[in-house]
Amino acid sequence: MRVVIAEDLALLRDGLTRILEAFDCQVVAAVDNGPSVLPALTAHRPDVAVIDVRLPPTFTDEGLQAAVRARVELPGLPVLVLSQHVEQLYARELLADRRGGVGYLLKDRVSHVDQFVDAVRRVAAGGTVMDPEVVAQLLARRDGAGPLAELTAREREVLGLMAEGRSNAAVAARLFVTEKAVDKHINSIFSKLRMPPSGDDNRRVLAVLAYLDGADTRRFPS
Amino acid sequence: MDASVGVLLRPAAVTAARGLLIALLSLATHVALFVLSLVALALIPAFGVGFALFPVVTVAVRFCVGLHRRLARWGGVAMATPYLPAPAGARFGTWRRFRWVVGDPATWRDLAWLLPGAITGALCLAPLALPMYGLEGLIGLPLILHTAGVDYGYGPFWPLDTTFEALLCFPIGALLAAGGLIAGRWPVRLHETFAGLLLPPTRGAELALRVRQLTVTRAEAVDAQAAELRRIERDLHDGAQARLVALSMSIGLAEQLVRDDPEAVRRLLAEARETSGQALAELRGLVRGIHPPVLAERGLPGAVRALALAVPLPVEVTVDLPGRPAAPVESAVYFAVAEALANVGKHSGATRAWVELRHAAGRLTAVVGDDGRGGAAPSAGGGLAGTGRRLAAFDGTMAVTSPAGGPTVISMELPCALSSPRISPSSGTG
Repeated sequence: MRVVIAEDLALLRDGLTRILEAFDCQVVAAVDNGPSVLPALTAHRPDVAVIDVRLPPTFTDEGLQAAVRARVELPGLPVLVLSQHVEQLYARELLADRRGGVGYLLKDRVSHVDQFVDAVRRVAAGGTVMDPEVVAQLLARRDGAGPLAELTAREREVLGLMAEGRSNAAVAARLFVTEKAVDKHINSIFSKLRMPPSGDDNRRVLAVLAYLDGADTRRFPS
Repeated sequence: MDASVGVLLRPAAVTAARGLLIALLSLATHVALFVLSLVALALIPAFGVGFALFPVVTVAVRFCVGLHRRLARWGGVAMATPYLPAPAGARFGTWRRFRWVVGDPATWRDLAWLLPGAITGALCLAPLALPMYGLEGLIGLPLILHTAGVDYGYGPFWPLDTTFEALLCFPIGALLAAGGLIAGRWPVRLHETFAGLLLPPTRGAELALRVRQLTVTRAEAVDAQAAELRRIERDLHDGAQARLVALSMSIGLAEQLVRDDPEAVRRLLAEARETSGQALAELRGLVRGIHPPVLAERGLPGAVRALALAVPLPVEVTVDLPGRPAAPVESAVYFAVAEALANVGKHSGATRAWVELRHAAGRLTAVVGDDGRGGAAPSAGGGLAGTGRRLAAFDGTMAVTSPAGGPTVISMELPCALSSPRISPSSGTG
């Protein structure tokens, strides 16, 4: 798997490179500023880009801007965005094109090396990976009102893991239940939330995220 | 009523009402207050009673003059209150009180104004009296009375001698009524211009008030900053710093055990990772409290939108900022809006809320409203009161209207210049 990294701090850039290469990924380019991101992606056409939100020269959200632009100019390019803090606002912007192949994680998550590399792989394969903190914010915001209140505690757990972008197998392993049980929960969640069932895992994740973020987006488009 | 007549009559009626109040107030109180003041002053050498009496009379004078200031403000003439603040322990009857009253130039300016103010105040009857008198002529009352043989006069004719003179009451009445309607505001304006010479604070008093206010807000800002630094120090010391110590201990121990007990090392490293995660989470929280990253990255509009998303109810955000405020202002407004929204989320029971950011005429306005149950008040030591203090350091103000049953609207306003139009960092991603 070929990866392009955009991270301005040498320590973290080298760390990311080392981790990814230890798991058989090839880091074809590692850039340290916003303006170099798009040219590097265009030149190398990697399987996935790992981009820090805050990059020079402005040290604002250069990296996020570059990621969003890259997804417009190189359609289908999977992008995993890393940051010291997560914002629902940014998650919404990354998910806006409803296409998958996108990830948004706290940098802390890199310390769970195997899970992080798994996330990179899932994004490269067109999946959607959301940081648990974003999902928790989404769930908290829609708490107590509407159909979400009808879910059982276990169903909420499944919904949260699903929104993070985990496969049925991963959810099952995480909750120590069988995949069949997870399937049952998912069917129940979808019927309670009155969402059309979908066989495609990735579509399903996007639908769940859209649902959680949904009501306000429709009423107050940003 | 024809629109053009309404346009003329409406302000004329307001002026007449204002003039009437000014005249009544002036005629009823000025002379009495002036005489009382003189008597009180005269009694100082006589019996010393004046020491106690003069400050009491001054209270009445200041109340009366204060009403005049309010009437002037109603007419659109801004007039600040000029009095020096009372020193501590200045009870009535004390020497300190007397010295405070006598030492304030505004006391003597008020006094000097009372009599001339009564004259200009009396003239303020004109916008009411002239049209009324004109109306008397217009309805032909002098003619009727003259015809009935009553000895009566009108306008320049006292008494009315001929029927021709009596008939002239119509054009004269029309002239007087029209003149009163059109020119009636002149005496009121004269009164207010004259009051404007003596009633507002002198330049010196204005500066003294300003210095006092700056001293207070500076002390509060310095206190708040010191408290903030103490809090950060404590949080770092008890939180992230302690966790890093634990982390290095785990790693050190793992180093010792790596050859003999690989299983224990694995456990220690997992523990170390856990600890580093907690340290990071704490640092993240701390950084948010110092300067939220989203504010650095997106400026005030983006940061307020991010705040709105974190509230568990729909929040409509409208932003009209043609440029970027200075960083300290951005930060103060951000935390003010954050506090207000946190209250909405916690206490209001609202189903929806809204935030408006606007900049007009050199002032930045932030309004946070919700449709909840109301009853919000900035209690001492509470978050809202702290917000008010924080804004005061920028000459900002905060107003809370929150009647029982709602809605609650918190408006914050502070003077601030915007930098040249923002190069929108959020363009293309909205």
